[in-house]
Amino acid sequence: MAGTIAGQDRRKAFMLLSPAYLWLTVAVFLPLSAMAYFSFLSEVPFDGRDWHFTIANYRAFFETGTYATLLWKSLKLGLVVTAVSVVIGFPCAYVLAKVVKGRAREALFLLVILPFWSNSLVRIFSWAIVLRGNGVLDRAVNAVLPWDVKLNLMFSPTAIVIGLVHSYLPYVILTSYLALQAIDDSLIEAARSLGAKRRTILWRLILPLAAPGIIAGAVLIFVPVVGSFMEPRLLGGRLGTYYGTVIEDQFVAVFNWPLGAALSFILLAVVLAILAAASPVLKRAAT
Amino acid sequence: MAEVRVERLVKAYGAARALDEVTLDFPDGGFFGLLGPSGSGKTTLLRAIAGFVLPDTGRVFIGGEPVENVPVEHREIGMVFQNYALFPNMTVEENVAFGLHVRKTGAAETAKRVKEALDLVQLGHLAARKTHQLSGGQRQRVAMARAIVTRPRVLLLDEPLSALDKALRVDMQIELKRIQREVGITTIFVTHDQEEALTLSDRIGILKDGKLVRHGPPREVYDDPRNPFTAQFLGDANLIEGKPEPEGLRLSDGTLLPGLKGPTIAVRPESLKLDTTEPAAPFRLRARLQQRIFGGAMGTCIIDWQGRPLKAVGRDADFRGLPDAGDVWLSWPRESTIEFAAKA
Ligand SMILES: Nc1ncnc2c1ncn2[C@@H]1O[C@H](COP(=O)(O)OP(=O)(O)OP(=O)(O)O)[C@@H](O)[C@H]1O
Ligand SMILES: [Mg+2]
Repeated sequence: MAGTIAGQDRRKAFMLLSPAYLWLTVAVFLPLSAMAYFSFLSEVPFDGRDWHFTIANYRAFFETGTYATLLWKSLKLGLVVTAVSVVIGFPCAYVLAKVVKGRAREALFLLVILPFWSNSLVRIFSWAIVLRGNGVLDRAVNAVLPWDVKLNLMFSPTAIVIGLVHSYLPYVILTSYLALQAIDDSLIEAARSLGAKRRTILWRLILPLAAPGIIAGAVLIFVPVVGSFMEPRLLGGRLGTYYGTVIEDQFVAVFNWPLGAALSFILLAVVLAILAAASPVLKRAAT
Repeated sequence: MAEVRVERLVKAYGAARALDEVTLDFPDGGFFGLLGPSGSGKTTLLRAIAGFVLPDTGRVFIGGEPVENVPVEHREIGMVFQNYALFPNMTVEENVAFGLHVRKTGAAETAKRVKEALDLVQLGHLAARKTHQLSGGQRQRVAMARAIVTRPRVLLLDEPLSALDKALRVDMQIELKRIQREVGITTIFVTHDQEEALTLSDRIGILKDGKLVRHGPPREVYDDPRNPFTAQFLGDANLIEGKPEPEGLRLSDGTLLPGLKGPTIAVRPESLKLDTTEPAAPFRLRARLQQRIFGGAMGTCIIDWQGRPLKAVGRDADFRGLPDAGDVWLSWPRESTIEFAAKA
């Protein structure tokens, strides 16, 4: 009987999917709704404190310009880091996918993945050692150049960008690599037989065909970078106040979870709005 | 349009030579079919002419000029790939226009020539389609249009029809020949399919292990293959070996084939005649008919001669009156005996 078979199928599908649903509920939905709930409270409801429902936390964002300024600063940081990562990552992916073969490719891949496997704090502090005045970079540059330069990148926006690019570069390399791998070499040969030079092939063929991968990588980078707090704090020092660090402060330092939660949701909304606004453009680039 | 010449072309991959001293002329405006078993170097030769493979030694001329130092993009070739290699991010029209854009041809001229090329392959109505919305035969045509729109000096085709099914392949063969004739481009065509090569080409070349073993007009090569490999590869051939004697060729069963030098001769399956009584022809053998295969208009007989399988093909009527199996006489006329030069 078709009905019972369909019923069995549905039951089986449900059983197979239930771990995934359970995981989604526990790991995503519950914490998110808890945060959404907090964001409408006047106080953290612990230690028998008085609390009531309010939208004051959301109002706070609009009442002072500070949060919006910081959010703007974070969005710009996200753009810069994404752009730098794409500019560095795409050529790396191209070399990996189309130039090197065999053993060399495996070795290079390992180098690309390595930041993923190292602890993020270790990674950031190693950059601190490299970038600070009289640090590794400073000494190396002075050893090479005949004149004296004072090179101290530590606690500057540049340091933050370097740290973030290093952390997130693998995303764009991996997604671009996959997209480039899918481009048949015969397409490139066909273009060459038609008289196209490397530049033309890059712009008319490779970039359009790899666009979905590049865009996926860019989105994967942009979203977390806008909310990042560790790199700005550790590598930016006094200058390292960003939207993400403010949110972190609410949770860790001043214990104002409701405000932190409200700021997080505003960030989420803004990022989603940006992606939605950009999606027609991105979709056109991706086809 | 131009003639193409390769001279003593050598390309080695490790110890193996994909091309071994290949010297060959491809006449201007001709349709040249390259044939050979898998791995014989056909693709390598084509790609060496295109410039994707750089030969170790030897020379390549297009239109009389040496091109070894000319990169692919300046060789002014048109190429059709086995998988067509259409650009998936472009429409049919944009695919065809690509080579003209690259050459910075003006918009009006580009539009005119793209239309001409698409009309030539009868695809004008699909100009706005994306390539993934096309059938195999339509893709093949787009690839052709894209390759000829730039008016290349030579058109290179690497098994362009092998991805199509039999019926469509025959249609496309006719189409290909018509297009080539209308445009008059020197065309070099790689194929596995000997029938395809024989129908389409003005001249053919046969490669074996990187060596050119025979080339010439199809009929000439077929009638006088000059070596057993070509005889068996092009069409089909029954090879018969024996010892040369002053009066003729002495076979292992004692038969003397008068006037033949040997040591190897070949007979086409369609030249073999089967009889139950001894024929008068001077070239005749005693053999065993093993099997008759009915194949519609044409039939095939599998014959055993001295432990070697031979094949005869003919109209089913030619084999009337033969038993299904048993002893028979084989004979063939003197003029259809294929003899080879002393050293193949
Ligand atoms: N890039 C390469 N590296 C190593 N060996 C190669 C390479 N390309 C071709 N060969 C070798 O050269 C020989 C000729 O190859 P080629 O592709 O020209 O054969 P082909 O005649 O086109 O065969 P097919 O009919 O199967 O396409 C083969 O033995 C092949 O293994
Ligand atoms: Mg081949």
